[in-house]
Amino acid sequence: MMLEVKNVTKHFGGLTAVNDVSFDLQEGQILGLIGPNGAGKTTLFNCINSVYPLSGGTVTFRGRQLNGLKTYQVAHLGMARTHQIVRPLNELTVRQNTVVGACFGRHGHTLRAAEKIADEVLDFVGLAARAGMPAGSLNVAQKKRLELARALCAQPYLLLLDEVLAGLNPSEVVNMVAIIRKIRAQGISIIMIEHIMHAIMNLSDRVIVLNYGSLIAQGTPDEVSQNEEVIQAYLGDPDLAERLLEEERA
Amino acid sequence: MKAWRSPGLWIPLVIVVILAAYPALTDKASTRETVFNVLLAIGLASSLNILLGYTGYVSFGHIVFFGLGGYAGFYLIDVLGWNLLPAALVGGAVAGSIALLLGLAILRLRGAYFALATIGILEAMKALVINMDFLGGPTGMELNFQVYKDYGGAGQMLWTVYWAVAAIALIAVFLSFNVKLSKFGLGLMAIREDEDAAEVMGVVAQRAKAYAYVLSAILPGILGTLFFFKQGVIEPGSAFRLHMSIELLVMVMLGGAGTVLGPILGAGVYQVLRVSLLTSDVALLGLRIRDIQLAVAGLLLLLIVLFIPSGAIGWLRSRSNVLRRVLE
Amino acid sequence: MVDTLLASLTDGLLIGVVYGIAAMGLTLIFGVMNVINLAHGPIMALGMFGVYLLFTQFGMNPYLALIPVGFFGLILGIVIYAVAVNRVIDAPHLSSLLATFSVNMIIIGLGTALFTTTFRNVDYSSLGTLTLGPITVPLTRLVSALAALLVTGLLYLFLQRTRLGKYVRAVANNRTSAGLVGIPSTRVLAFSFGLGSALATIAGGLIAISLPFTILSGSTYELKSFVIVVLGGLGNPVGALIGGLVLGLIEGVVPVFMKTTWVPVLEYVLFVLILLVRPQGLLGAKR
Ligand SMILES: Nc1ncnc2c1ncn2[C@@H]1O[C@H](COP(=O)(O)OP(=O)(O)OP(=O)(O)O)[C@@H](O)[C@H]1O
Ligand SMILES: [Mg+2]
Repeated sequence: MMLEVKNVTKHFGGLTAVNDVSFDLQEGQILGLIGPNGAGKTTLFNCINSVYPLSGGTVTFRGRQLNGLKTYQVAHLGMARTHQIVRPLNELTVRQNTVVGACFGRHGHTLRAAEKIADEVLDFVGLAARAGMPAGSLNVAQKKRLELARALCAQPYLLLLDEVLAGLNPSEVVNMVAIIRKIRAQGISIIMIEHIMHAIMNLSDRVIVLNYGSLIAQGTPDEVSQNEEVIQAYLGDPDLAERLLEEERA
Repeated sequence: MKAWRSPGLWIPLVIVVILAAYPALTDKASTRETVFNVLLAIGLASSLNILLGYTGYVSFGHIVFFGLGGYAGFYLIDVLGWNLLPAALVGGAVAGSIALLLGLAILRLRGAYFALATIGILEAMKALVINMDFLGGPTGMELNFQVYKDYGGAGQMLWTVYWAVAAIALIAVFLSFNVKLSKFGLGLMAIREDEDAAEVMGVVAQRAKAYAYVLSAILPGILGTLFFFKQGVIEPGSAFRLHMSIELLVMVMLGGAGTVLGPILGAGVYQVLRVSLLTSDVALLGLRIRDIQLAVAGLLLLLIVLFIPSGAIGWLRSRSNVLRRVLE
Repeated sequence: MVDTLLASLTDGLLIGVVYGIAAMGLTLIFGVMNVINLAHGPIMALGMFGVYLLFTQFGMNPYLALIPVGFFGLILGIVIYAVAVNRVIDAPHLSSLLATFSVNMIIIGLGTALFTTTFRNVDYSSLGTLTLGPITVPLTRLVSALAALLVTGLLYLFLQRTRLGKYVRAVANNRTSAGLVGIPSTRVLAFSFGLGSALATIAGGLIAISLPFTILSGSTYELKSFVIVVLGGLGNPVGALIGGLVLGLIEGVVPVFMKTTWVPVLEYVLFVLILLVRPQGLLGAKR
């Protein structure tokens, strides 16, 4: 088992952002995580990789309980992530950003070895031409790819992708979907948060749905998209129309 | 070692070597004193740069390590009769150890809170030393001039200390370069850019910052012993001067924070400027420049902060790719 | 013993209120724009000289002189903001710290040339003393403390009741959204900096009435203001007043029990400890 999430709960003051969520992830699978805005998806990621201490429950990663570990310890165990709101190391070059990922990730490579990995990964995500530029000078789509590249450089067992497709144009989406497929083909397990339905339904082996912090459905993409409660949750979401429109265009 | 062939390393080293050799060629005491101050400033500013420039933590009270090293070394020489060299090394070790203890506590603070804490520590340390009778309390300690006999008399001693400070300046530059191009340095710069993101990528920020803090404190500690040995006196006011601390920040900013060459350039320009303002006879609006040198320096600093915040070297590096490759 | 203690207590509280408004200026600026004003001390020193000059040259009542001096502080602050701070308001902390510090150097540099560093004092002891049981205080101290309280009250009313005051609070709360609802945030920032500086000059003036000073004295009080601001919670004006009282108390009472030279040790250790364990200040809500 790659990851077991059991009864995970996270409170912010009076707000319960994640409420008693449990699910498993098999090795080599892609798990889609969907839900309306503010459902607690990003917060769940932050609970899984120990950015936040849990208010309750446990996270077990490859047989090891993560409770109480620091986020860098989780990184060293082989979990990497991207951020929904990109966080490039602006004044460092694109290459340096990825080297950081390789140096401090699962293997803690030396600088020399890390540089080699970084160059391969930059090539893989299509940023090789910009390797020498300051990361701050990239556009949003490129910054998303840099997020992904940095996470890949860590050579993780598990990759958490937080809306890597958001804000990309249709051809960029196609591009990124292909990249994600290739990553899975390398044997890396993935949990991905996504609002673009067709992409997530195509990519995922299984999908889980959060609403107001609670898990309201899980199953294969087909099962989930038929689920009454899920449809209900999305109908209550004012952004639905916008998202559907977006998919029309795609 | 590939590093030796990098212009990023040898340019600054050659500059410091030429600078250090110059007074020996001219053999004029006043030149030596000016260059001494520049070399001292290079050692201090380059050390500070590891914390300020690479790690992005603004230490307003960094001079505390200069003062602590100064007091430790001075005590060993004056009271226990130690030789200068071991005393200076212990001065560095004391500064480094105290930095480790302090760092583990205050490096949890960020931004303005950290900056304030460093001011607090500097002032607390000064106030504490004033109360330490064995360190001479508010009036400090004074060396018996007989001590200089062991170093070939006062004249010879000045040269000995001069070369020692020059050596430390070189070490500081070498260290600064090697940290910048190391994995450790990369971790520091990741922390500077976004500490939380760096931790998510696996950088152990707390540990890296503590090392950076210690590393930035050791050479100032050694320089403290050397400097106050040369002065022959040490007292709390001169050992823990907030103003001097801020002058170091100015030098680093002037040349370019986070660059190797920047603190060298900044230290040189600032010290030379200070001396020339202090000795200038030019008058401005009826006020002699010499009397308002502080104000002129302040104005200059303001212009730099407002218009070239990345400092001279940072600005040059951003201008052209060639310069970016040559200058570190 | 009890008598000495009472006297020291009173002394400490009276000067504490004055410290409080100096710190209020600093904390107001920090609260509104996240800038630590390192020119605070020299601005206070200018307030001291303002009162001194109006008193010695024009024979003005030093308390009345606080009004023009405060006004001068307001204008000075606005100018400093426009020239030195506005450009770096969104830059990393180091930039605004160094920008305000360069203003510090300019003021001290010019001030030293103009006024030298010999001690001055506003000799207004003609006001006499007040004796209440075992306690005797110079009336100037009492009046200064009252004046400081008055200034505090006025500031409170201003921030709560006037439109400009509400703007200041809105900008402090969230500059971007304040801008979105049409509050001219740059002008409000400039005005806030002016207000903070006015408080500094008034505090300086009040100190000058009871204690000797030089152009360099400001830096001592600037450091005290830092301690107070941290005691009360960065950005919290009410906290600053309480912090001022606490610091005044420490300065008044501690010397009864140990050597005066230990007072700064205690102050700064307390300062660092509070930053570490209660960065929101003694009063602040737990985060
Ligand atoms: N650090 C925090 N402190 C307080 N509340 C928070 C914090 N982080 C998130 N929240 C709240 O928790 C809830 C869940 O937020 P989260 O960002 O996890 O949603 P999300 O599902 O990722 O939404 P989106 O699709 O918009 O990214 C929201 O109500 C949010 O305001
Ligand atoms: Mg989210």
